[in-house]
Amino acid sequence: MAARPIPAPIVTVESEPFWNAARERRFVVPTCAACGKAHWYPRAMCPFCGTEKIEWRAASGAGTIYSFSVMRRAKERYAIAYVTLAEGPTMLTNIVDCDFDTLRIGQSVRAVFGETTDGPPVPLFRPA
Amino acid sequence: MTIKGKAYIAGAFEHPTRHAPDKSVAQLHAEVALGALADAGLTRDDVDGYFCAGDAPGPGPATMAEYLNLTKLRHVDSTELGGTSYVALAGHAAAAIALGKCDVALITLAGRPRSEGMATGTTPRLRDPNQPEAGFEFPYGLTTANGYAMCAMRHMHQYGTTSEQLAWIKVAASHHAQHNPNAMLPDVVTVADVVASPLIADPLHRLDCCVISDGGGALVIVRPEIAKSLRRPGVKIVGAGETVKHLAGGTFDLTTSGAARSGAAAFAEAGVKPTDIKYVSIYDSFTITVLIQLEDLGFCAKGAGGKFVSDGNLISGAGKLPFNTDGGGLCNNHPANRGGMTKVIEAVRQLRGEAHPAVQVKNCDLALAQGTGMQLGTRHCSSTLIMERE
Ligand SMILES: [Zn+2]
Repeated sequence: MAARPIPAPIVTVESEPFWNAARERRFVVPTCAACGKAHWYPRAMCPFCGTEKIEWRAASGAGTIYSFSVMRRAKERYAIAYVTLAEGPTMLTNIVDCDFDTLRIGQSVRAVFGETTDGPPVPLFRPA
Repeated sequence: MTIKGKAYIAGAFEHPTRHAPDKSVAQLHAEVALGALADAGLTRDDVDGYFCAGDAPGPGPATMAEYLNLTKLRHVDSTELGGTSYVALAGHAAAAIALGKCDVALITLAGRPRSEGMATGTTPRLRDPNQPEAGFEFPYGLTTANGYAMCAMRHMHQYGTTSEQLAWIKVAASHHAQHNPNAMLPDVVTVADVVASPLIADPLHRLDCCVISDGGGALVIVRPEIAKSLRRPGVKIVGAGETVKHLAGGTFDLTTSGAARSGAAAFAEAGVKPTDIKYVSIYDSFTITVLIQLEDLGFCAKGAGGKFVSDGNLISGAGKLPFNTDGGGLCNNHPANRGGMTKVIEAVRQLRGEAHPAVQVKNCDLALAQGTGMQLGTRHCSSTLIMERE
């Protein structure tokens, strides 16, 4: 079955550093230089302490599935998921390159980049 | 300062249509407004407070105020909380009345997603490119259905909840809908029917999802002195709560909802507890929405919702906690893809003793309406309203 075409992400002045790194195939996680916490979705201001000192640190790419759902009512089936990153935060993503029927919560996954129709690639995950 | 006892729901009206290709959205708003005013025994000239949400045509309240030709307004509120807006706006109306900002508050809801052919729950929608999260959600195909489905999947993983248990929520709604001549899905279904219906987004089946319908509803809320001068049975607002729950920087739990906070606030203001409630209207965009809210409101322990809803426990006359006796969003209607208004309206019917005799709860003197607006799986608004029969 063909994979679902992924629409390009909207790039804003705030998320530009993330997408610039993605264009270089670097998966970065915004991390606060003041309180040390990583957050998701990426923003210019730390949601935990309000500081605008965000460092775009390289992520390990390791994560575990927090929850998921296979969209059956779609032209091309796809698996949406929340993946908890080794760095802490849980992010929305898709699980790809897998048998959808074997996915389970708690499963180890690894980040890969997936092409979008006309924008920077987006981080996806596949079974580790 | 409290709203307890400061305002009464004097008028309630639900549009009988479920498919309105021949009517405009403004017209539907106006028809329900006049319906609720007639129910109360009041007129447009009595209205000095107007309340609406994002379904009203045009930005804010101005377009509908003009269409309805409301000329005495001294208080307006167009708080947008998604589908639960009207549960919250009833509380806002009570607060405005308590503060003397208005005497007769009108709240309207209407829409026609069915006529407009929206595949509401299964199509990714880019609402506002200025939403900072949009770039990190839209590419992944987040829809209404698969967002709620991830909540269900996690609840099943964490607490052992089953598809059969979720199905009981739909079964109970269908038992009620059979008595509602306007219900879109009036046929009684079984647990087997629900789990045999096609999967939409794992683990939610077609029959775990609410209907798509046109229609609307309205409420008229008034000062106690005015309520006492009217002929309708008194329905007193005794408690309200609202909140927003979101992903908190990536540190969230999908198995709890804002109902935990909005419910606690409403119970505290009303001075009652879950076991005092005789009837509940619970927002039912999906079966899982009901289960999580029931737990968060304290009708059962967190994680025990599956057992609580099973074996007909939500069926009026058979179970301990009758819910959505109009058939709810799962079977009756979901006008404008927003179920909060009809939740309050059916609670008012129950408290007045005007529900269908087959589903009327005996001695129904205390009822609760609970709504979850927007997306349970990302960020949502929750509001709770507790009402008492005078
Ligand atoms: Zn910080």
